[in-house]
Order: sequence, then C-alpha cells, then structure tokens
Amino acid sequence: MKPFDILVVGAGIVGSAVARECALLGWRVGVIEGAVPAGGATAAGMGHVVVMDDSPAQLALTAFSRSLWQAESEKLPHSVEYESRGTLWVAADDEEMAEVHSKQATYTRAGVKAEVLNAGGLAKAEPNLRHGLAGALLVPGDGVVYPPAAAGFYLSEARRLGAELFLNRAVSASHGRVILNDGVTLSSERIVLAVGAECDLLPSMPIQKRKGHLIITDRYPGFLHHQLVELGYLKSAHTLIEDSVAFNIQPRQTGQLLIGSSRQYGNEDSAVDAEILRRMMDRAREYMPGLEKLSALRVWTGFRAATDDKLPLIGPAAELADDPSLWLAAGFEGLGITNAPGAARLLVDGMLDRKSEIDAKPFLPARLMEPARLAHA
Amino acid sequence: MPEHLSVTINDVPVCVARGTTVAAAMLLAEQPSRFSVGGEPRSALCGMGICFECRAMVNGVPHRRTCQIVCEPDMTVATNP
Repeated sequence: MKPFDILVVGAGIVGSAVARECALLGWRVGVIEGAVPAGGATAAGMGHVVVMDDSPAQLALTAFSRSLWQAESEKLPHSVEYESRGTLWVAADDEEMAEVHSKQATYTRAGVKAEVLNAGGLAKAEPNLRHGLAGALLVPGDGVVYPPAAAGFYLSEARRLGAELFLNRAVSASHGRVILNDGVTLSSERIVLAVGAECDLLPSMPIQKRKGHLIITDRYPGFLHHQLVELGYLKSAHTLIEDSVAFNIQPRQTGQLLIGSSRQYGNEDSAVDAEILRRMMDRAREYMPGLEKLSALRVWTGFRAATDDKLPLIGPAAELADDPSLWLAAGFEGLGITNAPGAARLLVDGMLDRKSEIDAKPFLPARLMEPARLAHA
Repeated sequence: MPEHLSVTINDVPVCVARGTTVAAAMLLAEQPSRFSVGGEPRSALCGMGICFECRAMVNGVPHRRTCQIVCEPDMTVATNP
C-alpha cells in the first residue's frame, strides 16, 4: 500500500484533532482505531473547556486551546453542544477567597478574563448553592462541549478532506510501519500515538491511569447555570497518591447535570467504587443540598492518562522509543478535551519545524525520560 | 360505585376513582407526562415502573414515575417541562 504522510493511532478527541490538522495541510492521513472512535477517555469525560493555571505551561496551553474552541464555536455542529457557560471557581472560606484573588491576578496577566464574585454575587449567580460560601472566581470564556460529538466532528472533517479510517487494532507501531490485527501493514514516515492511557504500543510511555467517576442526572433545566468547581479541587486533585473527591458540576444543554469528581491511582478496575461514589455525592451535597432531591440516571468510570508533571506529551517520542518515526499526543489527564485543538497545532508545528504560538518545549516527551530508560534505550 | 377524589392536572381539577394511578389520571385527562429532548409529548408506556416514560411533576417534584404513584386528594400534577 502507498505510504501515508501520517498515521494516527487512536481516534479519540486528540487523535481526531491531529488527523484534521494534518488533512488540512493536504497530507494523506490514516487513522487507526481498534475500538469505538471517541469511546475511551473522550466518552468518559465531562467536556469542560477550561483554562487551568496549575502551571505556567498548562495555563499557556489551555488558554491557547480555548481560544481555538472559541474561534471555531460558530462553525461547530449543534450535536457538539458547545455552550459558553463560564466556570465558577467556588471559594468556601476566606482562605479560598484569598486564592480567588491570586488566581484572578494570574488569569489577568495571561490575558484571560476573570471576575471576582463576593458571597452575594455567587448566591445570585447560582441560587442552589448552600448559604455561607465566601465567593467565587468567574471565568466567563470557559465552555462546555459534548466530547464524543466534538471528536466525531474533527474525524468527519478529516475524512471529508481525504483521511482514511481503519477500524482495526494496531498490534505494533514503530519505525514507519503500523501492523493491524487483520494483517495489513500501513507505512508512513510519521506515526502519532494518540492513545490516551493505553500504553501497549509503547510501554516506555510515562503514563499512569487515573480513575474517575461521573454521575449524570435526569433533566432539571434552570437548576444550574455555570460549570462549578470547588477551589479546594486544586488542593485535592493534585495530591498524587491518595484517592480524592472534589465538587465539580456541569449543566448540559438538555438540563441534565454531570456531577464529579474523583481521582484514584493504582485502580484499573472499571467498576464503580461505591465508597468513592458516596464520598463524591456527599461532597456535592455539601455545596448543593438541593441535589438530594434529583434523580441520577447513570454512573460510570473512566481513566485519565496522567503524567508525573501533569503536562501532556506532545512531540517526538525521541529517546523514549529510539524511533524517529514515532510522535506522541497523549497524557492529557483531565484536559484532553480542552487541549485537543491546541495539541494538534503544536504537534504539527513540530513536524513542520514551524514556530508555535506558544512555547512547545514544556510538552516535549523527552523531558520525562528517566536516566534508567535512557541507558536502556 | 367507587369512591372518587379530585386531583389537579396541569391546573385543571380532575375527578378519579380512588386507587387510580397518577399515570392513569394523566391519560384520562389527555395530558402528556413529559416532553422528550426532541420536544415530543410522552405518556406512560409500560405502566410498571420500567420504561420511565411516565415521569411527571408530582407535588412540585419533577421526574416522578407516575405509574407507581396512586392519586391522593388535592395532589398537584403537571407535565414535566
């Protein structure tokens, strides 16, 4: 078979965004998906398009990616359910309110609009929150999407531009060749692994699975207006070892509510964990007592692809694989939906040796090389 | 002759026999229980608590399965928005 200009392994939102970016260049693109396109971490997540400031690099990438979502928002099909809901980072007490102010300063320096709400302003914005909260930071430009539909849109755009989709599992991907489980071999000088937390094709990929739970309720239009995240989330979500829960709730276009969140390492069982679910619901009820009366329709779990420094792997696999054909676009943890369009740009910039709009260096996979792995390579 | 009672369905008083389910009362009153995401009116289908098509607002609480609730005097029932 004639070589491709690029082979993308994984048709989640990141792989689909990369495929479209490459198809737009006029490249001959092949996309390989062994399961259901957008059926992994993409389908499990909330679809919060959010600027995060936990590190300068994450702030740059999320702000850049959000600007790409915003620029395209008018062109997205209705099925993507893009809504500019805005995020409210909810402060429970004075200590968290101090964080609201420093967070506002950080966002403002980065050119991201953010507005401080006092207790009264917060109660007015979200009447179903409990009384006695200190306030919040409103980031009005953040949005909500339905991730599988967004990924499907990217993939359909790529295919409209000529990309070919192979619904086969890749059994190996290295040195310019991808072998499919039906025996077909595809070749290309560039292979991108956009595989989320599935590291089988490259076991040296420094990614761990981080389990999460979500709940979806029946439709309650008007119950909630913004995506709410407790500011304590920044404390709880970033402990690397312990299981944690944090209040995080999102209004969907249908009036349904998505309620999160939990984080667990070292648990690769996809079953719902009743104890974690109970903690998650207790936490949500502490913030919104009215949730008690609503009906949940479904609970599910998913696996985030986490790296040690909380940043994704975007760029040549380089020393991780000793294979110049391999590129990575993986390890996005909870920000794959937000960062997919920005990551696709950075990756393609790297392939073309083109200057990126933001510094791509913090995301280069080579940074997470362990000396032992280097010696082994 | 069965004993009757009155409930309010979408602001209209309806007289039903004691023991009537709310779903049956809504069907008698020709009122949909709810609207689908696509805006179509829906009514009870299975009548045994499985299909969730009969969800409606009962005494101000949305999404109650009306086939599992028996009418009580002065109950307020409304089509779920």
